[in-house]
Amino acid sequence: MLLAIDFALLLEKLILVVVVVFASLGIAMYTTFAERKVAAILQDRRGPNRAGPFGLLQPLADGMKLFFKEEIIPDFSSKFLFVMGPALAMLTACMTSAVIPWGDKIDFFGRSVDLQIADVNIGILYVFGVVSLGVYGIMIGSWASNNKFSLMGGLRAASQIISYELAMGISLIALLMITGTLSLKEMVVQQQHGYWNVVLQPLGFLIFLVCAFAECNRTPFDLPEAENELIGGYHTEYSSMKLGFYLFSEYINMFISSVVMATLFFGGYDIPFFDESVLAPNLAAILGIVALMTKVIAFIFLFMWVRWTIPRFRYDQLMHLGWRILIPLALFNMLATGGVILYFNK
Amino acid sequence: MQALTNKAKQVDRAPMSFIEKMYLPAIIKGMSITFSHIFKKKPTINYPEKTRPFSPVFRGMQILNRDAEGRENCTACGLCAVACPAEAITMEAAERQHGEENLYREEKYAAKYEINMLRCIFCGLCEEACPKDAIYLSETFTPADYQRKQFIYSKNDLLIPHPQENPEAYKKALGNRANKITVN
Repeated sequence: MLLAIDFALLLEKLILVVVVVFASLGIAMYTTFAERKVAAILQDRRGPNRAGPFGLLQPLADGMKLFFKEEIIPDFSSKFLFVMGPALAMLTACMTSAVIPWGDKIDFFGRSVDLQIADVNIGILYVFGVVSLGVYGIMIGSWASNNKFSLMGGLRAASQIISYELAMGISLIALLMITGTLSLKEMVVQQQHGYWNVVLQPLGFLIFLVCAFAECNRTPFDLPEAENELIGGYHTEYSSMKLGFYLFSEYINMFISSVVMATLFFGGYDIPFFDESVLAPNLAAILGIVALMTKVIAFIFLFMWVRWTIPRFRYDQLMHLGWRILIPLALFNMLATGGVILYFNK
Repeated sequence: MQALTNKAKQVDRAPMSFIEKMYLPAIIKGMSITFSHIFKKKPTINYPEKTRPFSPVFRGMQILNRDAEGRENCTACGLCAVACPAEAITMEAAERQHGEENLYREEKYAAKYEINMLRCIFCGLCEEACPKDAIYLSETFTPADYQRKQFIYSKNDLLIPHPQENPEAYKKALGNRANKITVN
C-alpha cells in the first residue's frame, strides 16, 4: 500500500510548498520596504535609502533588529498562549496560499506540473476558513498579554473581522452564482475564455475590496492597532521576533488577499486581451505568473495608497459601514445577480 | 464680528447629499491628490553626499590666514580681541627672531592665539577689525565635541594649511569667502 504513493507527486508538491511559502515570505519582506518607500514618495519624502543600493537591504536590517531585541514575556501573561498567538497568526497567513493557482501547467522534463499546491474543489471556502482562523492569533495574543489595551485591540479585531466577513461572504455568493464553481483554478479558466469577473460584478468587487481592507486590518480599518488610542493595540506587550511575526503576518495577509482578489475578479494568471494558447505552454505559464504578480503588485500599491490617503474610521462608523451599508448592499447585489441570471438563462 | 482676513469660511452644516454619503467621489478625489504627490519634487537633499550651498554672507569657523609664501599674517595687534563683543579672543605677542622670516610676515607675531568657540557668536567683527587680513570667518562649521575645554581653539586649530606645502588643503580652507575680501 505504501508503495502505491506517487513519490514524484509528493516531491513535486513539497518543492512547490517550499517555493510558495518562501516566495510569499520574501514578498512580504519587501512589502514592508515598499510600504515605507511608497509612504515616503506619497508624502514628498525620500524613504529608506541608506542600507544597500536604494536602501534595498533595509528589510534585512529590520529583521536583524527584531531578532536581536530583548524577548520579554510579561509576568502576568499566560505564557503558552502568549507564544501561541503570533505563531498562529503566522501559520494561518502562510496556509492560505495552498489553493491559489499561480499559473498554468508547466512542462518539466516530460512531467506536467500544476502550478498550484492543491486544486481543491472548495478552494475559496478553504481560503475563507483559514482567513477567519487568523483572527484567533490576534485574539489569543491579546488575551494572553493580560493588558487592557491589548484586550481592547483584540476585541476590536474580532468584532471587525466577524462583521466584515459577512458582507465579504455575501458579495462572494453573487460571484459564485455566476461562475458556478468554488475551485479557484476553474474560475481562472472561465475568466480566460470569457470576461473578467470584475466586469460582471463591479459592485461585488467593491464590497469585496472594502472587506479585504478590513480583514487585513489596514487603514482606514486599522482599529485593532490604533496607535494613538491603544498604544500598540493587540501587540502592545510583544517584543522581538514575536512582534515581528505579528507585523509580518499582516503583510503576508495583504499579499494573499491581493492574490485572491486578482484571482477572483481580475482573471488570475490570465493575460488581458491576449490568447495564451498560441504560445508554447511553458512560456505561457511563466508569462501567466508574471501577469498575476503584476496584478498583485498593483493591488498592494492600492493598499498602501489608500493607507496614506484615508484616515482611520471611528469605531461606530466602522460598525455602521459594515452592518448598515455593506451587508444590505451585498444582499442587494446577490439578489440582483440572481434575478439577472434567471432572466437571461431561462 | 468682522473678519480680519478674507480666508474665513462659513461652516456648511447642511445634511450630506446622497452622493456625499456614498463617500466614493471624495475618496477618489483624495486618492488623486495623494497620487499627484508622486510626481512632485522632493525638497530633501541627500545630506552627506550633497550639501546645500552656503549663502554668500555665511560666517563659519575662524581661520588665521597666511600670505602666498606661507607666512602668518597676524601681528598680534589685538584689534580683533578689542572688537570682539563676546570677548572670545585672547592672544600673546612675541618678537620675531632672526631666521624666522619665513614663518612670520612682520616683526611681531602671535605666540599664542586662542578663540573660545563657546563664547564666539560668529558676528564677524574680528574679520572687519583686522588690518592685516589675518583672520576671517570661513565656510566650515565648528565641529561638535565632548568636552568644554576642546572648544578653546588654539593656533594649531585655527591656522590655515601652508599654501606651498599643502596647496589643495589651503585652497579648500580658503573657500569662496576669502576671494570676496579685497586684500589691501
